[in-house]
Amino acid sequence: MTDAVPSLGARHRSLARDVWQQFWRHKGALVGAAVFTLIATAVLFGSVIHGVDPQYLDYKAKNQGMSLAHPMGTDNLGRDLFARVLAGGRLSLAVGIAAMVLSLTLGTCVGVLAGFFQRLDGPLMRLTDLFLALPVLPLLLVSIMLFRDPLRSVLGPEVGIFVLIVAVIGITSWMQTARIVRGEVLAVKQREFVLAARSVGTRPHRIIVRHLLPNALSPITVSATLGIAQAIITESALSFLGLGFPSDFPTWGRLLYDGVPFLGLTPARVIWPGLAISLTVLSINYMGDGLRDAMDPRVRRR
Amino acid sequence: MLRYAARRLLFSIPTLLVISFIVFALLDLAPNDPTAQLPLTIPPETRQTIRESLGLGQPFHVRYFRWLTQFMAHEPLNLAERMWGVEIGNSAGRLRVRSWSTRAPVVDLIAARLPQTLTVVGVSYLVAVLIAVPVGVFSAYRQYSVFDHIGTFVTTVGFSVPTFFTGTVLIVVFSVTLGWLPSIYDTTHRVTDFGSFVYQVRQMVMPVMVLGLFNAAQLSRFTRSAVLDNLNQEYVRTARAKGLTEPVVILVHVLRNSLIPVVTVIALGLPSTFAGAIITEQIFRINGVGQLLIGAIESADIPTVQTVTFIFAVLIVVFNLLADLLYGVLDPRIRYD
Repeated sequence: MTDAVPSLGARHRSLARDVWQQFWRHKGALVGAAVFTLIATAVLFGSVIHGVDPQYLDYKAKNQGMSLAHPMGTDNLGRDLFARVLAGGRLSLAVGIAAMVLSLTLGTCVGVLAGFFQRLDGPLMRLTDLFLALPVLPLLLVSIMLFRDPLRSVLGPEVGIFVLIVAVIGITSWMQTARIVRGEVLAVKQREFVLAARSVGTRPHRIIVRHLLPNALSPITVSATLGIAQAIITESALSFLGLGFPSDFPTWGRLLYDGVPFLGLTPARVIWPGLAISLTVLSINYMGDGLRDAMDPRVRRR
Repeated sequence: MLRYAARRLLFSIPTLLVISFIVFALLDLAPNDPTAQLPLTIPPETRQTIRESLGLGQPFHVRYFRWLTQFMAHEPLNLAERMWGVEIGNSAGRLRVRSWSTRAPVVDLIAARLPQTLTVVGVSYLVAVLIAVPVGVFSAYRQYSVFDHIGTFVTTVGFSVPTFFTGTVLIVVFSVTLGWLPSIYDTTHRVTDFGSFVYQVRQMVMPVMVLGLFNAAQLSRFTRSAVLDNLNQEYVRTARAKGLTEPVVILVHVLRNSLIPVVTVIALGLPSTFAGAIITEQIFRINGVGQLLIGAIESADIPTVQTVTFIFAVLIVVFNLLADLLYGVLDPRIRYD
């Protein structure tokens, strides 16, 4: 028995290492991660190489096709589409990540509180059920219509609409995370190490932060990944209905919406932003699939 | 079972009441003035009269309860009267939820738009189920085969690509470039003979496919995992050991058991398909309920927005209830009491 110990290998096996190895084996997740990194890098640093101002109007070069000067062509006002797609991507990704952070924070708080404190479980879960029964898309449209102008006048046009869209998407998408985290907390709470921690007088918030949250980290990570994709889709759907970002600070969805009237003339104005949204969401979904498999101990031990 | 159903039904009433309050209160916060678009020459006193004629002068709770009784009591009564041709009480004096922009009862507006939405949503959901179930079953039966790999990839792409992108790409390809299909859905078109039926099919192909394929992608993934769960069960081995043929094992034994969760997912997904139809209607210019909502939002027609939004909420609550009850009916192992 004792000589079996060194054969386990000299290297220490950690959870992160196991997860990484499983993730590495999931080819779809790997390709997804590569594509997403590529898109993120292009969006963040692309303007360094392609130094055209996305707002620059060049009437003489309007509605052009692909060329070396304009890799994706130009729109009806002669603005360079590639520069606009890069700028739009920055905004789209920022909205996706910010909305995900908000919804994850809300969901984790509700889930932990409901799972940990027996008294809060009933009311908080009823609240979650209530939010799940809300018609999300109509309510999103309505709240944007109502609060767009007041927020714009307080925070300025760009920040106002950003805060509003991130807030409404975050507030209407935390429910799945809350349910998953609650389930996880309920399961971990019964384990001996939590009892041990409690018996030495650890305060509830220390138990939550030190013992419960680290154990619920894997489902939170997975829903964070998928949350970005969902938020990007929701934002672009809102923009597509004309109730998202204005044309001056376009996201990918708004670029697509602006391109629809020119479908017959310059279809590229619809294709490129749409392709950007689809590729981003697809790569994130594949990453999420891979992460879920990698973090599921039943799959990992195989 | 019956007791469970009754309890669930009772629980859904407070849920709907709270949702109706949220919807009403949220819209009531609107800084909109319904008289803002009228000419500036109208004197302030007249403006005030117009506002009061729209029912705005009263306090919040009075307006909320009036809207609630109009929606919950008056409109169902009207509907019953029209269906059975009887008169219940004083139907002419009954107040109705009226649109601010058209002054017509909102429920009549919705009733005029509903057939178009129902045709597109219904047919597309049918298409989705007809595609998803065979694909899901076959993918699971031949797990890790070429078909399964392609199927899994296509379904992942299918629900990652938003409908407004697939819709516009289809328009570019089939309407703009090839000119095969109309890009605008004509709701005044009536089917009278074979030629007009063909036109109806042609204008429905793209919206139905866009919405249907998006739903099929999600459903077939779900079907696949449900069938996979069942394929490893003991009863499948028993059925094979008895000498039953593969089609019987799969299509009778496995499929029936796998479809239990699938049916509930189909019921749960229907309300979100209605919400998804808002976008599809916008792409193909279908004059349906979704367009009514978008139009009402743009013209700040609060009563219409409140009513349509609340109907979406009712759909969600009703189909959640239906899914729960269906699960109990289909799976005798589930006991609720």
